[in-house]
Amino acid sequence: MGESTAIPLAEAKPGQFFRIHRLSLDGTMRRRLLDLGFIPGAEVKVLQKSPLGDPMAFLVANTTIALRKEESAQIYGEIIGERGDHHG
Amino acid sequence: MADYRIALAGNPNTGKSTLFNALTGLRQHTGNWPGKTVIHAEGEYDFDGDTYTVIDLPGTYSLYSNSADEEVARDYIIFEKPDVTVVVLDATALERNMNLALQVLEMTGKVILCLNLMDEAERKGIRVDVDALAAKLGVPVVPTTARDGVGLKDLQKTIQRMVRGEIITRPLQVRYNEEIEKNVAAMEPSIRSIYGEKLPARWVALRLLDGDDSLLKALKERWLERKEVPVHGRGA
Ligand SMILES: Nc1nc2c(ncn2[C@@H]2O[C@H](COP(=O)(O)OP(=O)(O)OP(=O)(O)O)[C@@H](O)[C@H]2O)c(=O)[nH]1
Ligand SMILES: [Mg+2]
Repeated sequence: MGESTAIPLAEAKPGQFFRIHRLSLDGTMRRRLLDLGFIPGAEVKVLQKSPLGDPMAFLVANTTIALRKEESAQIYGEIIGERGDHHG
Repeated sequence: MADYRIALAGNPNTGKSTLFNALTGLRQHTGNWPGKTVIHAEGEYDFDGDTYTVIDLPGTYSLYSNSADEEVARDYIIFEKPDVTVVVLDATALERNMNLALQVLEMTGKVILCLNLMDEAERKGIRVDVDALAAKLGVPVVPTTARDGVGLKDLQKTIQRMVRGEIITRPLQVRYNEEIEKNVAAMEPSIRSIYGEKLPARWVALRLLDGDDSLLKALKERWLERKEVPVHGRGA
């Protein structure tokens, strides 16, 4: 799937699996996301949204991590499946 | 009869405090790190007549995102130079845990990897080739289930052998792209001339190339302004 079809992780729905293409931020915020496991190529499962949609919880590299929307909106990639599909 | 310092580092929730408690029992004291609102927990145990002081570092995914927790852990490992740094790993999430482990291996070779939560890994059908991991990373790997006290004797024995200089490590050094390696090579001699053997030159060069302002600040505080390095060991 090409770059043009990439969507922000923030728009993925609970139960969906998402593959990261790129992070569109720099500096300390980028470093932090990489350290948390949000690496290009990584597969992320959306676990849940809090009532106001922020923060969101994700399963990444076998650990649950919550991100604020300002962060998950900067992570671009594609939906690769839904709950019930087999992954990993 | 000697006194050694052992630091416990690791990702959050990997069982560092459980291990710390199992090792030190009631011989603990807690407070804050100097100038930080980060909990400092220190305890001790005896093994074969020697005393080991254990420092339970804050759990972090990295040492470079510049949170107070990460600065505490980084500064302890790089400036206070514990006799051994034990990196506690979650055996069920090794890929994630390698980030911090590889960072520590760039800082020091006096590292033991404690592969914890082995019971959980087994339950999930995850098998880890401990010998292959140790060979690849160049440091000892000790499997444990800290919650049940499994593997602690092995860990203590391995720590003892390391402080006695009986273990030769070859910590895996990540190779970066040509441009980075060229710059590192260019910087290393001047870093070495400033810090000698006090700091690992390759690591400092990599941090400077990464624009690590937090480390620059810590270096200035510790050396350029001749500020005393906080005395480790027990409080008054
Ligand atoms: N099943 C199992 N659980 C463990 C083991 N070691 C620790 N735990 C549990 O894992 C949880 C986290 O343990 P802690 O010791 O608090 O982890 P920590 O690394 O100190 O966590 P932070 O201080 O937040 O970084 C606790 O519920 C422990 O009981 C183990 O070997 N097996
Ligand atoms: Mg703890």
